[in-house]
Amino acid sequence: MTNLLSLLIWLPIAGGLAVLFGTGERNTAASKWLSLGIALATFGLCIPLWTGFDTTTAAMQYVEHANWIRLGNIEINYALGVDGFAMPLIALTSFTTVLVVLAGWEVIEKRVSHYMAAFLVMTGLMNGVFAATDAMLFYVFWEFMLIPMFLIIGIWGGPNRVYATLKFFLYTFLGSVLMLVALIYMGIKGGSFAIEAMHKLPLEMGPQTLIFIAFFLAFAVKVPMFPVHTWLPDAHVEAPTGGSVVLAAIMLKMGTYGFLRFNLPITPDASADLANIIIALSLIAVVYIGLVALVQKDMKKLIAYSSIAHMGFVTLGFFIVFKLVGANTHAALGFQGALVQMISHGFVSAALFLCVGVMYDRMHSRMIGDYGGVANSMPKFAAFFMLFAMANAGLPGTAGFVGEFMVIVAAFKANFWYAFLASVSLITGAAYTLWMYKRVVFGEVANKHVAELPDLNKREFLILAVLAVMTLALGLYPKALTTVMEPSVQHLIGCGVQSKLQTVVEGVCR
Amino acid sequence: MENIYLAVVLAPLIGSILAGLFGKQIGRAGAHTVTIAGVAIAAALSVYVFYQHAFNAAPVYNATVYEWALVGDLSMNVGFLVDNLTAMMMVVVTSVSLMVHVYTIGYMHEDPGYQRFFSYISLFTFSMLMLVMANNFLQLFFGWEAVGLVSYLLIGFWFKRPTAIYANMKAFLVNRVGDFGFLLGIAGVLMYFGSLDYYTVFGKAPAFAAGNPTMELFAGHPWAVMTVICICLFIGAMGKSAQVPLHVWLPDSMEGPTPISALIHAATMVTAGVFMVARMSPLFELSETALSFVLVIGATTALFMGFLGLIQNDIKRVVAYSTLSQLGYMVVALGVSAYAAGVFHLMTHAFFKALLFLGAGSVIIGMHHEQDIRAMGNLKKYMPITWITSLLGSLALIGTPGFAGFYSKDAIIEAVHASTIAGSGYAYFCVLVGVFITALYSFRMYFLVFHTKERFGESHHHSATHHDDAHHGSHTHGHAHHEAQKPHESPWVVWLPLVALAIPSVCVAWFFTEPMLIGDFFKGVIYVADNHNTLEHLREEWHHVGGAAGFALHAVQTLPFWLALGGVVAAYVLFVMMPAVPKKIAEVFSPIYKLMHNKYGFDDFNQAVFANGSVAVGKKLWHWGDMTVIDGMMVNGTARTVGRVAAQVRKLQSGYLYHYAFAMIIGLLVFFTWLYFAR
Amino acid sequence: MIALSDYLVVSAILFAIAVAGLVLNRKNVIILLMCVELMLLAVNTNFIAFSRYLGDTAGQIFVFFILTVAAAEAAIGLAILVVLFRNRNTINVEELDHLKG
Repeated sequence: MTNLLSLLIWLPIAGGLAVLFGTGERNTAASKWLSLGIALATFGLCIPLWTGFDTTTAAMQYVEHANWIRLGNIEINYALGVDGFAMPLIALTSFTTVLVVLAGWEVIEKRVSHYMAAFLVMTGLMNGVFAATDAMLFYVFWEFMLIPMFLIIGIWGGPNRVYATLKFFLYTFLGSVLMLVALIYMGIKGGSFAIEAMHKLPLEMGPQTLIFIAFFLAFAVKVPMFPVHTWLPDAHVEAPTGGSVVLAAIMLKMGTYGFLRFNLPITPDASADLANIIIALSLIAVVYIGLVALVQKDMKKLIAYSSIAHMGFVTLGFFIVFKLVGANTHAALGFQGALVQMISHGFVSAALFLCVGVMYDRMHSRMIGDYGGVANSMPKFAAFFMLFAMANAGLPGTAGFVGEFMVIVAAFKANFWYAFLASVSLITGAAYTLWMYKRVVFGEVANKHVAELPDLNKREFLILAVLAVMTLALGLYPKALTTVMEPSVQHLIGCGVQSKLQTVVEGVCR
Repeated sequence: MENIYLAVVLAPLIGSILAGLFGKQIGRAGAHTVTIAGVAIAAALSVYVFYQHAFNAAPVYNATVYEWALVGDLSMNVGFLVDNLTAMMMVVVTSVSLMVHVYTIGYMHEDPGYQRFFSYISLFTFSMLMLVMANNFLQLFFGWEAVGLVSYLLIGFWFKRPTAIYANMKAFLVNRVGDFGFLLGIAGVLMYFGSLDYYTVFGKAPAFAAGNPTMELFAGHPWAVMTVICICLFIGAMGKSAQVPLHVWLPDSMEGPTPISALIHAATMVTAGVFMVARMSPLFELSETALSFVLVIGATTALFMGFLGLIQNDIKRVVAYSTLSQLGYMVVALGVSAYAAGVFHLMTHAFFKALLFLGAGSVIIGMHHEQDIRAMGNLKKYMPITWITSLLGSLALIGTPGFAGFYSKDAIIEAVHASTIAGSGYAYFCVLVGVFITALYSFRMYFLVFHTKERFGESHHHSATHHDDAHHGSHTHGHAHHEAQKPHESPWVVWLPLVALAIPSVCVAWFFTEPMLIGDFFKGVIYVADNHNTLEHLREEWHHVGGAAGFALHAVQTLPFWLALGGVVAAYVLFVMMPAVPKKIAEVFSPIYKLMHNKYGFDDFNQAVFANGSVAVGKKLWHWGDMTVIDGMMVNGTARTVGRVAAQVRKLQSGYLYHYAFAMIIGLLVFFTWLYFAR
Repeated sequence: MIALSDYLVVSAILFAIAVAGLVLNRKNVIILLMCVELMLLAVNTNFIAFSRYLGDTAGQIFVFFILTVAAAEAAIGLAILVVLFRNRNTINVEELDHLKG
């Protein structure tokens, strides 16, 4: 199939519209089943995507190319393709959509078809972000993707949803307009909006720095990095469970994916120059946010903060590469760790938000203080929650460990203190997660509402079981993932992050 | 052999999965059948493996099971290294685990979480085997944290009890502090040796250390790399093996059911640190500073934790502090490079301490869940098997000549005496005094429990330390209920493991001292630098007196024997003949008593500084950093500024047409004027 | 002979009167409309004067366009005025401040 990527983008979008205008609100059951069918079909498309993926090359695969807009001699193309970075993320997105559709099955009561349609459309757009190899196409998907999320939080969100949506939208939008400026600058300068052409575009230090900052603002907000992280806890708290899941599992990854696709290879010298700042911000995220997470009273807020801390590992893993010049194995280890962390965080944080969702659906409270002794009435749930809590704390054998381990080990070579501060998360991560677990799940039954909680139903059990399997699989055999990413990582280290200022330009890379 | 090794590891895992996931379907009997079958298979095969390695000189097995990840040219694997040390550990782990599994049938038979418990302890056996059989640092770390997880789950097994769920979180977090150092140590190993594989690292280490490489943690202060790595690794061992100051979790871990106290918190998991350092001997031998650090920490733990055992009244806590102290002995042995002695003590200790714990559990069952030794007495009349086996365990613990503990402990003391590294004088003092203290607290407990007058009919004047160990879901014994009952001997599933453990506690050393300490059982496994050969003296003496029996007879001429004897006599005098004296002593030395009662203040300090401190800092950061500065000033501040400016600007908007027209005209005028003059 | 400058002066005076009328008038919207017309007239005068002076008829053609537009504008303006009066019962400029911020 040559149009696999297009299908992955347009099938869910078309499906979403079909749900919206076809089955619609008149027949919500049909809407749900149609949505599930489309989500499963989209995920099914990922199987040939994964199995047919060539793990020996860093080149773009499943390439598609068509003219879209022509301005004088500058072309904007509908160009798609995936490499080892994008492919797993597309798979993760499609996987998450299935879970989200299932998670909203009985829980969403108003405007069911609109809810499902929003998620399906968003899936297509997010796949587009990861698949686009043309900067303008990327930008279009990037901005469009905000709209469904805006609606999801704004319509199905909690009581303070308007504040949260506006904050979410303005924050992310403000960052990305500067990115547009940088893209246009490079498009005009290089005569092409192909991302690959931008990688090869020679840039002086001055423009590089400005472009770096423009991109950085766009992506740092999305990650989110300290100190532009405060939209995330608010958005998560107000978002419905499905929204939180997509936000944590996929949207945050777009920020780090942007670093990978734009910042590092387009502005390697500026990245090297400013790496210290990014590393510092990442470490602040790990330590500071870890402590802040400790004192949260709202479970969703706590998990949101823990997400920020975990994403700090990703940015740390990316930017220590500039401190590991000549130590390619360690640099690759840092990268791989960061990438695995992206995927594993997709599973673990999604699972944790779903766990909170399970409790919220029953008690309509996210406050830790309203719970206690949940294990007594929901033993199956408690077992799953334990697994995911441990994964969040980075227990070896679960997905959460792999990335942290690799990044910390790589950071040690860059600087002992990087590793030292990053390792603090071993303690804080365990502290905030297990403390929450203790207060919510352990103990005597806190009140009569907890005593009456029914355990997981089949649907919830299925969702959590699938995630549990993924969490363990990735923790026990990360090679399945690292093999896919390895050529792209090596290419990025060998070429992408090499200086653009050198007079001798190697033929292979540039 | 490869399939056998895999089977050893996987059998308990399969048992655990079956009991854990399908506990309801297979029922109670099913759960204990599958897990015991799994562990029994593992134990039988371990014995076979041990036999092959120890007697048939099977070649060292070092191979990869599967590749975990491949990054650049770094291959991270899951694999097994089976040599004599591993084989010995496998036997210790699986045999003690098997005993505990059987014992659990009796101990937990009323508990609603029966299947869950069996699943956990089998999972623990799997994790511990992964730890000891690892051939690389990654898998070691996996096993390391996995046993920590199971320990967490088991301490909090009765999750309704606030003390239990406090203790398990504390245990996990304190262990995480250790793992923090351990991970940094592993990162250091990878950085300097470029591999995580044991043999590769050990092979490169001597040549690497010969260059005296240094690293600067603080600018201008070069530290020897080997010292940094070894101390980091040892911090991991301090967490897991509960060395001062990371020992605080172990006494609290007694909140868990007694079988796991025996298995995890006495016999196996807590000795993982000792095993790890012995395994890393080729690295530790390269840094004398690190060895001194190990030595001092171990000696401090051995003595000062022993003191605390003197004032405990909870039967399990006495044994727990004794465990801490004995772990200190093992670590001391490591510090003076007598790794063989440390590991040997690990083995003997595993048997006699598991015995003591299970004996304590048997007493608890017999006493209807009373744990306070002041409420016991004269149990020898009611529980003869428990009495005899506990006596044997106690004798082994204090190092009575001829018993297992004697050989291992004496070897350690001799090695410390022979050592010349910094801190060995202090350590020698600590281990000698420790012998007296060990005898004193062990026999204090023994006399109070099994001798003296029966006190269990008396009213409870000390309910503060009363711990209802076996908290049986819906059990309804009030105090009045069980005061009426007499203690009784435990069922056979409980006393059979006691007997089975008593045998090795007495005689395991008769057969293994010679090969392990004197011979070359650990040749090629444990590496000792030539100038650290502290067991040499012991070897000469051993040959001089003529083997195990002669060595035991010879002990009468040595100081430790008389110290131990003195401890027993003192215990008899103080707690049997003149029970009023200890109270007097406590009153006279009340400040010291108070300090010891507060466990030297470690718990209070940790709670006040680390726990409350980080919560306070977190609150500050959240309120001040996130809410005030970032959200308040930067985010909402921007929004407010925009609002304020707009409020001013809107005043220009009068709404009158002629104002707009006038502004337009003025604007045009200004524009034309500018156009005119700018030319 | 009337010079070009005379025409320009007249047109400037007309324009100034219109501006003054726009700004000073506080009573009637119709007067505002008339002032706007007067401005256009001043512009037309300029166009014609320059057209004659430069011998280029394009200026006169512009005047026709402007007159057409002005007529249309007056029609729309008066229509708006009628609607405004119907709704607000006044065409007093002082009272028409709905756009006030």
